[in-house]
Parts: sequence; structure tokens; C-alpha cells
Amino acid sequence: MDMGGLLNYAIFFATFAGIFAVVALGLNVQWGLSGQFNFGIAGFFAVGSYTTAILTSEPVATRIGGFDLPIVVGLAAAMILSALVAWAVGWVTAGLRTDYLAIATIGVAECIRLIVKNEDWLTNGVRGIPGIPRLAAEWFGPSPWIMLLLVAACVIFAYAAIEAARASPWGRLQLAIRENERGATAAGKNIARARLEAFVFGAAFMGLGGALYAHLFGFISPEAFGPNFSTFLVWVMLIAGGSGNNRGAILGSFVIWLIWSGTEILTNRLPVEYVNQAGALRLLFIGLLVQVVLIYRPQGLLPEKL
Amino acid sequence: MTITDFLQLIIFGIVSGAIFALGGIGISVIFGILRFAHLAHGDMMTFGAYLALAAITSMQLPVLAALPIAMIGTAAAAIALDYVFYRRFRKARPVVLLISSFGIALVLRSVVQLIWGPGNYVYESGISIPYVIFDLRIKPDHLLIVASTIAIIVAFHLFLTYTRLGKAMRAMSDDPNLARVSGVDTERVAVWTWAIGGALAAAGGVFLALDTQLNPLLCWNILLPMFAAAIVGGIGRPYGAIAGGLLIGIVEELSTSFIDPAYKPAVAFVIMVAVLLWRPTGILKGTT
Repeated sequence: MDMGGLLNYAIFFATFAGIFAVVALGLNVQWGLSGQFNFGIAGFFAVGSYTTAILTSEPVATRIGGFDLPIVVGLAAAMILSALVAWAVGWVTAGLRTDYLAIATIGVAECIRLIVKNEDWLTNGVRGIPGIPRLAAEWFGPSPWIMLLLVAACVIFAYAAIEAARASPWGRLQLAIRENERGATAAGKNIARARLEAFVFGAAFMGLGGALYAHLFGFISPEAFGPNFSTFLVWVMLIAGGSGNNRGAILGSFVIWLIWSGTEILTNRLPVEYVNQAGALRLLFIGLLVQVVLIYRPQGLLPEKL
Repeated sequence: MTITDFLQLIIFGIVSGAIFALGGIGISVIFGILRFAHLAHGDMMTFGAYLALAAITSMQLPVLAALPIAMIGTAAAAIALDYVFYRRFRKARPVVLLISSFGIALVLRSVVQLIWGPGNYVYESGISIPYVIFDLRIKPDHLLIVASTIAIIVAFHLFLTYTRLGKAMRAMSDDPNLARVSGVDTERVAVWTWAIGGALAAAGGVFLALDTQLNPLLCWNILLPMFAAAIVGGIGRPYGAIAGGLLIGIVEELSTSFIDPAYKPAVAFVIMVAVLLWRPTGILKGTT
């Protein structure tokens, strides 16, 4: 690989890791700050992806839209719609205990996947939505730098917003509920409402991540939103980075994405007859990696500062 | 819908309900005794189904003879997973076990895919001719599944009711602290919980593979209805999981005559959420 190819790969790597960082920051609001389990990340990610895809792509006869709107509108709408879905979900599930919430959110993601797969008029079904615009392609051509800058801006935006929320009275209320729910109730706080707010706030960033993903690839289909890919990887990123710590969430995203991408480089060197098994080998590795992290460093690389 | 169609759907519902029940019992017992939602349960079932495939292809055994081999092998695998991984998190918060078991689900799935590849398999190729009784079609495989499930559940019931270990398991599920101070060896009970959960999981996996086709996502796809069965029946209550499994299986099948069958998994989810909201302890009162 020549230098140009290497540079392009590095840009692509950083862009993708940045998208995961946005999602991991969203999860950090739900889990790190508020202590709510969400195994349905892929669902909110898909909502964000499809929202921006429908709004910003060219009009097509076979499905709703596209509306050819600017990318910024798509990104904002992705956050809003993802937050609305989270509100509807959270309104039903707010009172559930951790384990039930985990199952319920798996179910939510599964339902969203079924809708995406089967409602052709909305999502074009299994054929997916092509032709999602890249940022400013008409001015600069398909330059990968622009996308990297957009993703970097979103990471900074997410970090600043979530860090501000964490330091505010609202953030302290979340911590109080997480650490001592009874105490917070006794202090007259509305627990269910605070939980719901954190769930919705975090989901908005998962939707933003999904929207960025759609604009990075220009094509989305239900294949991308299976249970393995986004949900589990984001959990590994947050735990390895340090749940509760926003910098940890970002660091974890880059480190785990580096490891995940690194395994691809290794599996590419496998003999030809094993190439089909490369994906399975990488999943096996990630599944074992999370056990190692949970056993030896459950607090993550950058532990939460209280 | 004619009465024949209705009864036909009930039959299909009982078959899938039996499979959900076998998985749901394990989920329920593991939750009751070890206090966490075992997200790798579906993939443990898939693993069991492939173990049976290995026995069938290598020794030319019939499915029923391969079943005990798969059950014992999966029980051993479950105990090994507990020994290497889950055991270390007994004192940790339950959420650590949730994440760990999600990771184990990936590990089991990729092991299956590494050994057997991503393709589809069937145990026995060829068409089985259904029995026709009053216009109702009943496949021999379905009779085998339901009869074997009843036999396994009766054996499980006798174990829980009459053996010392079964009583210890019920005691731990009811009140772990009381069980401990009464001298129950909790680690031994934990090992047996995995053995039984794994064995029942393998049976469910083999039956689902017999009814459909083997592929690495075989039982991950039914994780939701199985959890729904366990929750609807009252988590920690194995008998509740049987009732819950049948309920979910039958309602799922009946729903196909009203809504797009593609949304079948969503039906289980809706029932589960409704029960969680309306009666969080399940139909039979479960552990909290």
C-alpha cells in the first residue's frame, strides 16, 4: 500500500471511530450517567440512518421521499426522531429493572429491524437506500477530509453537550439516582422523569451516529443493523474506555476500533480456505476480549471520576 | 378462518411453544438461582443442535439417539463456561453478567461458525409425509418433538420434586440467603443449574433444528420469545415458563392469520412488555 492509500485508510479509520465515539457518548449518558441498560443501540442507530437517508436522498418513486434536503437537516432530524422513539420506548419501559430493560431494548431493536426490513414503502426493504449524499460533494468532490471534519465536529459537539449536562444539577441528579435511588426519592426527586430524560438524551446521539454512518457510506440496508455489529461493539468500547467517563468513551471507541480493524488485517493473512471464517474469528476475539476486560479491568482505561 | 385452520395453527403453536418452554425453563432457572438474564442461552441451544448434527453425521445415529449426546455435551459446555467466565462474576453486579453473557453469545456463535461454517444443514433430508386426522396435518417430527418435550419436562419435574439437589435448587430460587444458612452448598447448586439449563437448551435447539434448518443464528432468533415465556410465566418459576412458552407459541401462530408473519417475533415482544407492565411478577408469581 502506497502513502496515499495509507493516508486514506487512516482518514477512513478515524472517521469510523469518531462515529462510534458519538454513539458511545450517547450510551454513556444512558448507562454511565443514569445506569440504564440499553441493548438496543442498533435500533436507534437505524432510526437515525434511515431518517437522514429518506430526507436527504433524491426523490424515488418506489418509496417515501427522498426529499433532497441539506445534510444538516438530516442530521438534526435523525437526532429528533431517535429521541422521539426513545421517548416512546422509555415511557413504557422506564420502570423496568436492569435485566428486564436489557431484554426489552433487545426487543425494541428487533422490532425496528423488522420494520426496516419489511416496510418497503418507507425503507425500500432489504434492497436498502442508495445514493445518500456525501457532505459538500458538489463543491470539493468526494473528499474524505470533509467527512472526517464533520464527524470530528459531531464528536466535539456530543462531548461538550454531555460533559455540560454531567456537570449540571441535572447530571448530579442522575448520579444521585444511580447511586441511591431511595435517597433521591426521599429528597423528592421525580425518578421516572429523570430516567426518561437521560434515555432520550442518550438516544439522540445514537441517532446522530447512525446518520453520520449513512452519509459516510452513501448506502444503507437492514444488513448493517444486525445484533452483533453496532450494539455489542459500542458496549465493549464504553466498558473498555471507562463507563461514566466521557473521555473514556471516546478513547475506548478508538482503541476498540483499532483492535477490531487490526483483527481484519490479521485475518486477511489467513490461508484462502479460511477466509470465509474470518468474520467469525473476529467476533470470537471480541467476545473473549470483553471477558478479559470485565475480569481484569472492569472500571476501564479511564475510570469514572466522582 | 375455519375451525380446521384454527386447530392447525394451535398444533404449530404447541410445537414452537414446546421449544420455547425448553429454553424458557433454563432461562428461568438460571435467573432464579444465579440472578441474571442469560443472554447466551439462545446460542447455547444452537451449539447443542450442532453437537447433535455432529453425532448424526459421524455415527449415523437417528435424531433421538443423538439427543442425549447433545444434551450431555451442552451441559458440559455450560459448566465449562461457568467455570472459566461466569463464576468470576458471582459477586459482581448483575449487569456485568449481562454483558459477559452477551459476549459469550458471540463466542458460541462464532465457534459454531468456525467449525461448521455459515451454511444451512438439516438432520435428515427427504420429505416426511404428515398424518392426516380430521383434515389436520400432523408431521411425525412434530409428534416426536412434543412427546420428547413432555418426557423431558416430566423428568425435570421429578428431579425438582424428589431429589435432594432439586429441593436445594428450589430453596435457592426462593431465598438464597435462607438456603445458604440452611447448609445448601450454593456452588454445587450453581454447577447443577448450568448442567440442567444446558441440557434443556440442547433439547430445545435440536427440536428447533429438526423443525427448521440449522444455521449459526438458529436460536438467537428465538431468544426474545423464550425470554417472553420465562417472564410471562414468572421469572424463576420453571413451571410458569412451560405455560408461558405454550402461550407465546400459540399466540404467535394465531397472530399470523391477522398480521404479516414477518412480524411474528414482535408479537412475543408485545406480550412480554404487556406482562411486565401489567403484572411484573408474571402469571405465576416469580422471584423479585
